[in-house]
Amino acid sequence: MGMTLAEKILAQSAGVQHVTEGDVLEAKVDLAMSHENAALVINQFMDIYQGTDLKPNVWDPDRIAIVFDHRVPAESSKTATNQKKVRGFVEQQGIKKFHDVRGDRGGICHQILPEFGYVHPGQLVVGTDSHTTTHGALGALAFGIGATEMASVWALGTLRVEVPKSIFVNIYGHCPPGIYAKDIILNLIGKISSQGANFRVLEFHGEAIDAMSTSGRMTLCNMAVEAGATAGMVQGDKETVNYLIGHAGLESIDVDFPMADYDAVYTERIDINASTLSPQIAVPHAVDHVCPIHDVEGIRIDQVVIGSCTNGRIDDLAVAAHTMRNRHVAKNVRVLVFPASWKIYREAMDRGYLDALTNAGAVIMNPGCGCCLGVHQGALADGETALSTTNRNFKGRMGNPNAEVYLCSPAVAAASALKGYITDPRNN
Amino acid sequence: MAKVVLKLEDDVSTDVIYPGRYMATVLPSETPKYAFADHAVFNEKLNQGKIPAGSILVAGLNFGCGSSREQAASCLQGHGLIVLAKSFSRIFMQNAVNVGLRVAVVSELEAKEGDELELAPNRVTNRTSSRDFAIQVLPKAYREIMEGGGLIAHARKKLLERTHRTS
Ligand code: SF4
Repeated sequence: MGMTLAEKILAQSAGVQHVTEGDVLEAKVDLAMSHENAALVINQFMDIYQGTDLKPNVWDPDRIAIVFDHRVPAESSKTATNQKKVRGFVEQQGIKKFHDVRGDRGGICHQILPEFGYVHPGQLVVGTDSHTTTHGALGALAFGIGATEMASVWALGTLRVEVPKSIFVNIYGHCPPGIYAKDIILNLIGKISSQGANFRVLEFHGEAIDAMSTSGRMTLCNMAVEAGATAGMVQGDKETVNYLIGHAGLESIDVDFPMADYDAVYTERIDINASTLSPQIAVPHAVDHVCPIHDVEGIRIDQVVIGSCTNGRIDDLAVAAHTMRNRHVAKNVRVLVFPASWKIYREAMDRGYLDALTNAGAVIMNPGCGCCLGVHQGALADGETALSTTNRNFKGRMGNPNAEVYLCSPAVAAASALKGYITDPRNN
Repeated sequence: MAKVVLKLEDDVSTDVIYPGRYMATVLPSETPKYAFADHAVFNEKLNQGKIPAGSILVAGLNFGCGSSREQAASCLQGHGLIVLAKSFSRIFMQNAVNVGLRVAVVSELEAKEGDELELAPNRVTNRTSSRDFAIQVLPKAYREIMEGGGLIAHARKKLLERTHRTS
């Protein structure tokens, strides 16, 4: 019986020939990522060593990545103290994949890992962040775990995994103008619900995926978790090689990527025709409350957010800049742009995007998570409405349970910013 | 016998259980203060000690969806609460098991706030409505960690086994 992509990777990580759904394995971790919550991981890690006479040393400092992104620069003394604690640990353990608050190598963890060439097809990647699913875009099996689980990984280098079932998602046809990866994934989540893929892996295939950039694939896999999925995955291909060599600066890469077997067993198959999609919007307060833009056109907005690990990459900023160039943000609307990394920030500057955006009235924020999780910048007032390219619109997500958040693509966000209400970018 | 102190709908996210703005607070000894922080009435009752340990939260499908923040599990554990849900999100379930929060999947459960429930290993009896509901058996991987006192103890044991094997 053939194996799915996730099964292939787990078999390899556990050092066995064959695995099947439900097997419990002790799998070797290739890359273990944390952000500011490394402060809690350190606490739990030290706890594991309590009462033993072992020295608390991580299993492999080269396989640990720590990226500060959730609250950069620190918004409170508490965060600053956590960050200081993590810096000390990083220094002491010799962790080199550390990305502090810096303009040369900072950014959102899910952008930094691919951008610095840390993620490769076939790897098992875990992170103390639910959107670790993003890295499935490069053919890795990547998922979120909690801080105590991570502490255990730091100590042992392995993780106990129950082999999940996979769903075969076939995206056929091609995205027409104005339709992006974000619309595909919102549509899928709306179809199968926020628990439709709970404990399962979404394996993306089809012509639309073959034609999609790594950036678009990252948007898809990023939001796989919003359908409850353990992971989202796209098999490594020519595009992955181009990304890793062309963008991430790797000199070479082993192209013997794991592939799903032709006779792999999936629990379900979902087909989506990309060519018939219209822009999709998730309405408050659930990511699976998805409707075509037509249903919500005209809803007034107070704040537009363009950025995050979902849609803060250079192609996203390009769409926004092209839409907003030589035009103006509507009165009483605030537009906050968060490039996903400083590398993207600099590229956007070189290409004149930041100029176009600020001249239109947008504010460029420093790369990081920003207001995505409601702890730092860009809080909403009671009764306000935000339109955002981020990935969650749960009650309170942007810091105020009495505000509303709609989710959309950068094209919808930019076009709507100019109008002051939700509008279809294809009519502009 | 324990009382249902809160009844929740489907898809309760970790942003509701432990809002993101308290994420800089990480220690399990400090997180309970912010459990359901935006649900002011319930949060206040918890912090005033009006809800005895062993009280029950009843939730629908997909409890704990969203972020991987472990605070969402540790804050409930700190109050000694028990969560019964029709289903849990994967990461929340794993976190609960790891930090020793008592959770159980009861897919058919019917109970409302104020009901008195009796918990046995394999079933829940709603004394108020006199009805029985089966508790779904957790996978072995979870049970081992739960019975061993949480993941820290489990990892410590494994670590010691490995070092002894190699030395
Ligand atoms: S941008 Fe938002 S979703 Fe992405 S890692 Fe940061 S907080 Fe999480």
